[in-house]
Amino acid sequence: MCLAIPGQIVELAPGGHLATVEVSKVRRTINVDLLEPPAAPGEWVLIHVGFAMSRISADEATEQLRLLAMLGEDAQAMAELDGYRFGDDTRGKPS
Amino acid sequence: MATLTVPGTSTFRDAQIDMAHGAGGKASRRLVEGLIVPHLMADAVGPLNDAAYLSMGDAGLALTTDSFVVRPLRFPGGSIGDLAVNGTVNDLAVAGAAPLALLCSLIVEAGTPTEILRAEVAAMGAAARRAGVRIVGGDTKVVEHGKADGLYITTTGIGRRDSRATLSAGSVRPGDRILVTGCIGDHGITVLLARGDIDLAASLKSDTRSVYPFANALIEAVGSSLRWMRDPTRGGLATTLNELARDCELGITLEEEAVPVRDEVRGACELLGLDPLHIANEGQLVAIVSADATEEALAALRRVPGGESAAIVGRVDASPPRTVVAVASYGGTRVVDMLVGDPLPRIC
Amino acid sequence: MKFVDEFRDPRLIKQASDEIRRLVDPSRHYRIMEVCGGHTHAIYRFALADLLPANIELVHGPGCPVCVLPMGRIDEGLSLVERHHVIFTTFGDVMRVPGRHGSPLEHQARGAQIRMVYSPLDALRLAQEHPDRQIVFFAIGFETTAPSTALTLRRARELAIGNFSVFSNHVTIVPAIRAILDSPDMRLDAFIGPGHVSTVIGARPYGFIAHDHRKPVVIAGFEPLDLLQSIVMILRQLRDGRSEVENQYNRTVPWDGNLPALRALADVFELRPYFEWRGLGFISQSALKLRPEYAMWDAEARFEMPGIAVTDPKAAQCGEVLKGVLKPHQCKLFARECTPELPVGALMVSSEGACAAYFNYVHRRAGAAAS
Repeated sequence: MCLAIPGQIVELAPGGHLATVEVSKVRRTINVDLLEPPAAPGEWVLIHVGFAMSRISADEATEQLRLLAMLGEDAQAMAELDGYRFGDDTRGKPS
Repeated sequence: MATLTVPGTSTFRDAQIDMAHGAGGKASRRLVEGLIVPHLMADAVGPLNDAAYLSMGDAGLALTTDSFVVRPLRFPGGSIGDLAVNGTVNDLAVAGAAPLALLCSLIVEAGTPTEILRAEVAAMGAAARRAGVRIVGGDTKVVEHGKADGLYITTTGIGRRDSRATLSAGSVRPGDRILVTGCIGDHGITVLLARGDIDLAASLKSDTRSVYPFANALIEAVGSSLRWMRDPTRGGLATTLNELARDCELGITLEEEAVPVRDEVRGACELLGLDPLHIANEGQLVAIVSADATEEALAALRRVPGGESAAIVGRVDASPPRTVVAVASYGGTRVVDMLVGDPLPRIC
Repeated sequence: MKFVDEFRDPRLIKQASDEIRRLVDPSRHYRIMEVCGGHTHAIYRFALADLLPANIELVHGPGCPVCVLPMGRIDEGLSLVERHHVIFTTFGDVMRVPGRHGSPLEHQARGAQIRMVYSPLDALRLAQEHPDRQIVFFAIGFETTAPSTALTLRRARELAIGNFSVFSNHVTIVPAIRAILDSPDMRLDAFIGPGHVSTVIGARPYGFIAHDHRKPVVIAGFEPLDLLQSIVMILRQLRDGRSEVENQYNRTVPWDGNLPALRALADVFELRPYFEWRGLGFISQSALKLRPEYAMWDAEARFEMPGIAVTDPKAAQCGEVLKGVLKPHQCKLFARECTPELPVGALMVSSEGACAAYFNYVHRRAGAAAS
């Protein structure tokens, strides 16, 4: 549900329960007890009501954006194929 | 604005006055229109403005008053003293008047350390000098402990109307453009963080300042192509533009990405679930300018020190009437409403 | 903002929207429910309906924890202030929810000791700072928020903080989805699964929707591209005749959920035999109460509660809107007696509520309101 924001851990407080995260140049102290394995500076996490809920994977995000970018490419490829059909109603129609 | 009711008839139905009635949004408007105006200003016509226009012979005057209540009294970028001077100077400026003089009334809570009062009076003096306005009189009262959050300040200002400016909501036309003088949301977020209720840290400060240099620059640059101005204080840019939309009965389209917002304000708003458009500003003005004068107006604003972030943020349309719509870069549109009560952070 | 702006890329949004148009069967009307209130809010805020073809209908589900809270629970919480002089703490979302005699915000205006907090830990800190006062945290939320309350209670117990207690209104999402699926008025083709609840419970709990009810479920993120991509994935499943659980939000939702969070929940909470949900009636095993070991920190055990049951005004159709049977503007009170300024039901107060979202983002544009 609800409002959870991506933030980057900038430092861990002694004791291991709290960390400082940064979201668009704003810093907040949050609890990191829900993260297993324990949080490390530099990691991106999802923040909700002052707690880190999960890690955010930059690799998965990149992969996802790549798949989204490919949606357009697939469509272009299909349009080109359409253009090569002969004696077909679909020729010349927008895809 | 709809015509006002019969003198003395109050349409205000709330049983008690709540904080929402002072937040600057819809509830405030209901209180003013439904209770205060019918009793005090029943023969007035036209939209409610922040400043009143009076004439004394050939001289056109603008008169305005405002009360300042803020917690904490001091915050990064300023204090209640700055707000009290700049706020009233700004109301005169956006009415197209050159500020002449202020009166200031202080209500002090008994037990307030003298140093606090000294600091605020000094702040007011300094702000008045910066704004080029004189404080020519005032009043001081002391109330019992627990009654005034330390200090309340009311300032009343008088200014000389600039005859080159013909400002009214009625002169706004479809096709006119909307400009702002700089980044929005700085003041409200600064004060919220300064209260210390939430563990957020950001290097932000209030934008409190006189906007008279900007108002004057616009009048000089484009004269009567300047239709209307206002300072978007409580309730933010969204509330101010909604009031305009209502008063001129036209539509307003904002380009979301064109509205200048600092990263820190954006970050704080995302974390708290707030909309920067609803956050108070104390050092900005919104101006409506005819389409052909827009570039010149923008250049004039940017030439004023502190106007580097001035931007064109939208335009006036014929429809949908009385409505403010924000358009995202991918074309999605949403209605931006007036603030309902105080902006409350959310978790959901 | 990283992980936010990239998912609002206008070019990619256009491509996803075009792909959706390619995938739809023009002869078919699709009804897709987004369960989670956060998704409802995102759909309106980003005007995503503008980007979808007319034959895709997004149906708003009951996943708004404020909306499903019966009014009586607010009154019970507020009664603690009057009768036991506690300091009542809660999130901003709850402050404007109407009780019988006003919302918490209105009570605060009349002098009641009510404080808004941003985290349950803030409430615990308040208890440490005011040892002479009783602090009650009015907890709301689904499984996203409950672990935070659980950890806070653990801490209260560790530190033996005696003046802190929780009034739990935490609810669980699966029973609400079951109630929707079992409801005879519903005809849905697929679900957009809750994004943040799933960071805690993972993807497995939704298996019954795909396997027993044969409807696709795609767990989605909250940015425009997340929702559009999820709809693409749903349409592909429907086209292929598949019904599976898929995780579009896999950059942060772990398939198996969050173990420390689930452990904390099991430690501190147990399921109530039944709980009343606004609009859905009594649902068994759908809400969390504190375990007996935590009775000392359970406001319902510590304080005598009056057990207030309040029915909504007859004309208010909150339940039907919550179930997706009615659209907000079809409720008789919408934009008349019930507006964000003067709300009758919680759906008009909560920023996730379908009615508030519809009113704020859509209704005013129709020009119908001269508020």
